[in-house]
Amino acid sequence: MTDFPQPDAVKQAQDPGRMSRLWASDFAYAFRRSPVAIGATAVVLVLVLAAIFAPLIAPHDPFNPATLNLMNGFTPPGTPNAFTGDTFWLGTDDQGRDVFSTILYGLRISLFVGFSAVLLALIIGVTLGLIAGYAGGWAETIIMRVADVQLTFPAILVAMLIFGVAKGITPPEYRNQMAIWVLIIAIGLSDWVQFARVVRGATLVEKNKEYVQAARLIGRTGPAIMLRHILPNVLSPVLVIATISLALAIIAEATLSFLGVGAPPTQPSLGTLIRIGQGFLFSGEWWILLFPSITLLALALAVNLMGDWLRDALNPRLK
Amino acid sequence: MIAFILRRVFQSVIVLLIVGLVAFSMFRFVGDPIENMLGQERTQADVDRLRTQLGLDQPFIVQYLKFLGNAAQGNFGVSYRQGRPVATILAERAPATLELAAVSGTLAVLVGIGMGVFTAIRRNGVASNVIMSLSLVGVSLPTFLIGILLIYLFSVELDLLPSFGRGDTVMVGGWSTGFLTKSGLLALILPSITLGLYQMTLIMRLVRSEMLEVLRQDYIRFARARGLPERVVNFRHALKNTLVPVITVTGLQVGSIIAFAIITETVFQWPGVGLLFINAIQFVDIPVMAAYLMLISVMFVAINLIVDLLYFAIDPRLRIDGRH
Repeated sequence: MTDFPQPDAVKQAQDPGRMSRLWASDFAYAFRRSPVAIGATAVVLVLVLAAIFAPLIAPHDPFNPATLNLMNGFTPPGTPNAFTGDTFWLGTDDQGRDVFSTILYGLRISLFVGFSAVLLALIIGVTLGLIAGYAGGWAETIIMRVADVQLTFPAILVAMLIFGVAKGITPPEYRNQMAIWVLIIAIGLSDWVQFARVVRGATLVEKNKEYVQAARLIGRTGPAIMLRHILPNVLSPVLVIATISLALAIIAEATLSFLGVGAPPTQPSLGTLIRIGQGFLFSGEWWILLFPSITLLALALAVNLMGDWLRDALNPRLK
Repeated sequence: MIAFILRRVFQSVIVLLIVGLVAFSMFRFVGDPIENMLGQERTQADVDRLRTQLGLDQPFIVQYLKFLGNAAQGNFGVSYRQGRPVATILAERAPATLELAAVSGTLAVLVGIGMGVFTAIRRNGVASNVIMSLSLVGVSLPTFLIGILLIYLFSVELDLLPSFGRGDTVMVGGWSTGFLTKSGLLALILPSITLGLYQMTLIMRLVRSEMLEVLRQDYIRFARARGLPERVVNFRHALKNTLVPVITVTGLQVGSIIAFAIITETVFQWPGVGLLFINAIQFVDIPVMAAYLMLISVMFVAINLIVDLLYFAIDPRLRIDGRH
């Protein structure tokens, strides 16, 4: 019996290091061989860095009225304004806000909402998936039934409903402040099902393996086995789904904001900027619409390509 | 067989009851409709009168039962914003959405299957590769950007097609149709492409992969060996055998088309149910939201039920393993 803890301890000590080194080298090799993956990662990195350092990069603070000059309104990109002589890279909108700066700040909100929503969905989905897979019984039945019902409806519709209800519950004076958080919760809650299904499936396979039985034999409790033993072994599909979900969440956020049920004009995300820009489509101020759209497109496409590549690299069977 | 059908129907009813509870809770607990309906200058008498009129002064259970009874009869109360019965508003708006969905669904199926077959037969051709790459971009493009792009190209730059609304409509027995006028048909083009594009790429990719699978089979090789013309082999032998998954996926997509109509209708200001729903969310018009939720759930649950039963009819393995 004294032998039992030892292999387990050895396994624990060796496994992560060896596995991750092996995984990393294969992974790194596949990455180096794929120009698409390198390009997509580069685009995502640039956009994320631009979002994080937006206050340092942006020539203007678009939300500080003191730095705005209404005379600068509708300045086309790259040409000096007729009244003030100021030049703006990507032009200005109707209120004289620098489009480049609003995009940087919008990117910030889009990425923040996207990452937070996916994180929320991941935490909920992985937790429920582990419980459903490991515990089984009525917990599994309830969780998977709820998942089935929710999967019947498109995620964007669920997110809209949650947003609408939350908007009704929050008092009008807080609505704009809360909108971003409501958006995160709405998208997060609409997106957990994929995580739960995959984690449950993987857990069902893992829980009958010897290392789990060994952990059970040495008396580890259910939660400890789920978190310390099973979770690390089901993480790679979770990573793939998280990346694909990120692209979906960014598009969902942009869509909701574009429809006017997302980020408010006081805290515009890329979707809100496109909504605002659409109003100037017919009057010829194309830059107000075009540049936020391109940014959103680049972001969504790059994250999507990263997700596709990650899926192929981590699990060749899914190709 | 009967037990399976009964179980599925029972589950569907449960889902609908839960959705009904959600819809009612929204209706009852979200916001104060009186605040939304009356303006700044209101008297307490106005508030009380409206509260009684809308039945908001009654106990929870009474309101819930009333809600269920009314919903079953298609009566969803009065819109807070428009002050008219929700059922009437929905009935006015439904033809616009259904016509749009029908046109884009047909477009998606016809073009999707056609391009899927084409890219499968000429799998290494230049045109196929271009179509496949474009479809990847198409999947990544958010629906609303596609709509804006189309408006920019065809309405602003080329000035060929209308950018918003339904054009002229004709009433045919209580159904306002845009199929019978020139402007109505022109107005349908851009929104239906926008709405159908995603489903089109989905169907195309599915047909392509199924076709590639089937074209590898022996009976195709045998058909070729018999000297049958390519057209007969591709369409009579191969395509026919790819259609089962295509039909089920397409069936499930019908619901998505109606749900995604919300986005398309907003972009094109199409006076359908989706635009109504978005406006309801913006103005917290709970009766409209609740009614839309109920309607769409009935539709989705019905579609899922039908698809499940179809699976059951098609795949004999489910009949043994049907307990899950």
